[in-house]
Amino acid sequence: MENLFNLFVRNVFIDNMVFAYFLGMCSYLAVSKTLKTSLGLGIAVIFVITVTVPVNWLLENYLLKAGALKWLGPAFAGYDLSFLSFLLFIAVIAAMVQLIEMVIEKFSPALYHALGIFLPLIAVNCAILGASLFMQEREYATIGEAAVYAFGSGFGWALAIVLLAAIREKTRYSDIPAPLKGLGISFILTGLLAIAFMGFMGIKI
Amino acid sequence: MTSKNWKLLTNPLNDENPITVQVLGICSALAVTVQLKPALVMALSVTVVIALSNLIIASVRNTIPPRIRIIVQLVVIATLVILVDQVLKAFVYDVSKKLSVFVGLIITNCIIMGRLEAFAMVNKPWESFLDGIGNGFGYGMILVIVAFFRELLGSGSLLGYQVIPESLYAFGYKDNGMMILPPMALITVGIIIWVQRSRNRKLIEK
Repeated sequence: MENLFNLFVRNVFIDNMVFAYFLGMCSYLAVSKTLKTSLGLGIAVIFVITVTVPVNWLLENYLLKAGALKWLGPAFAGYDLSFLSFLLFIAVIAAMVQLIEMVIEKFSPALYHALGIFLPLIAVNCAILGASLFMQEREYATIGEAAVYAFGSGFGWALAIVLLAAIREKTRYSDIPAPLKGLGISFILTGLLAIAFMGFMGIKI
Repeated sequence: MTSKNWKLLTNPLNDENPITVQVLGICSALAVTVQLKPALVMALSVTVVIALSNLIIASVRNTIPPRIRIIVQLVVIATLVILVDQVLKAFVYDVSKKLSVFVGLIITNCIIMGRLEAFAMVNKPWESFLDGIGNGFGYGMILVIVAFFRELLGSGSLLGYQVIPESLYAFGYKDNGMMILPPMALITVGIIIWVQRSRNRKLIEK
């Protein structure tokens, strides 16, 4: 239990998706203009990441990895389908996003309207695919660990976008050199935030 | 080469640069730029994938039902990326290890989806191919500039060869370890945008 909590904290603060790996930067910069929309996108990302990573974990461990097909019988033990992982992971993500969209629309129209166009856009958010690929690279032992890792990464991403949106709302009235306005200053702000987050690296977990 | 086709190749280098103007494909641009060599490999891989996927999608654009076009595009891109990944693993294994997940992330690199949606779906194959090459180069150019400064100032070398002479170190010059860390990639890109927009005033945001 303690282990899982450490994993969560680690993925929110130390291995933060945005500040340590630059994943999902496109939507991070494009949608962080106002606090409200960025909060909506953040929640949608947490949601989709927490659903897709465990599903991909199952695929990886019972279908793709070298020797993963053992459960079908000894004749299948030699197969290694890991070259197919990109294709299957992205297919799972695209399908999951579609499915989640339909489920939310049916059961919670309010949430559906709040998330709006962000849900379909998430299929091409690299943070989602990145989370699955890191899951593959780091070889988490159980599905529980994979799920906690996914929730932590999603939460870290949401935290990052909300932080930047809050700062950008404040800087709207600041006197920034014209060529640096908008995109340029957002990059530098993110860089400064990332430096601040590096302070967490010293923590031993 | 007509002037229109020439524009397709050169526009993405400055006025419509994928990274600094269209804000596409930033994740990988930042993560692989600690050294020049992975950056060059990445730039080349992305150019190949974007040019070929543009060509393929433009050739079959009239037969794709609009409702499922995203899945079709993703399948084409993912297949090309698997090919690139296997080639990299076979010929430059050390670089492929260094790029780790970022080769796979070419699939969700928004430059590729963006160009497919905005250009290849409505243009002929040859023009789309040129547009792909141009955008690949525009992306690669920023990658190489960022990687150049980060490797030079961060480790005093270029492409793995030391370029800052030992005598300078003897005088007390030190490599700036900060340049190797992730935050400086963001700040370097920020400065590139600043320089570009001061020279090209029509890009300034209101």
